[in-house]
Amino acid sequence: MLFFSYFKELVGKEVTVELKNDLAIRGILRSVDQYLNIKLENIRVVDQDKYPHMLSVRNCFIRGSVVRYVQLPPDGVDIDILHDATRREARGP
Amino acid sequence: MSWAGPEDIFLSTSLASYLDKKLLVLLRDGVKLLGVLRSFDQFANVVLEGACERVIVGDLYCDIPLGLYVIRGENVVLIGELDLEREELPAHMICVSVAEIRRVSAMFKTNLDKFTVLHTSRGIIISSYVMFLDASAFVAV
Repeated sequence: MLFFSYFKELVGKEVTVELKNDLAIRGILRSVDQYLNIKLENIRVVDQDKYPHMLSVRNCFIRGSVVRYVQLPPDGVDIDILHDATRREARGP
Repeated sequence: MSWAGPEDIFLSTSLASYLDKKLLVLLRDGVKLLGVLRSFDQFANVVLEGACERVIVGDLYCDIPLGLYVIRGENVVLIGELDLEREELPAHMICVSVAEIRRVSAMFKTNLDKFTVLHTSRGIIISSYVMFLDASAFVAV
């Protein structure tokens, strides 16, 4: 639940999602769910020429299971809050 | 995937906002399917109506009609909403027939195997995605 809550804080920020099939997509994080499925808006594919089929796609849904990385804006993270949340989570119920 | 109420349709990660829209579905095996979303569930299983597979080899492409498709969610990579006001493919791409794209695709795959075997036998491992073949080599004279 920690990362789900964390991504909810990032809704509205621009992120780059790199998938396991090496496709990388930059877009605005519109929503996220418990499976870490991601919806991006106003997307732009990194290396567009390699993926011509993506040309007219503006918004997309990405299945959480295929995500390799989510690259975040450097100012998108409050590290201290993240640390505290992680320690709380690690302490257990 | 959460089940959204009518108010939540625009905010949640449910596929409800994509219903009855023409979509591009990317699968794990690289297949690109286009079609209208008719149904979905929490596993991202999807029903596409009027589905076709868009095969792209270099600058050549073809849409192979498939009809009504049920896609198991574990194979889904991405579901993209197609913007009807924009061109789906770059202008330089050439639409060819089903027979032609099958022929070209088979040639591409045999060449790819030869390329991969040649390089692995020499101790260099080449990812299949790195290979770009000149599409003009496949156009029938």
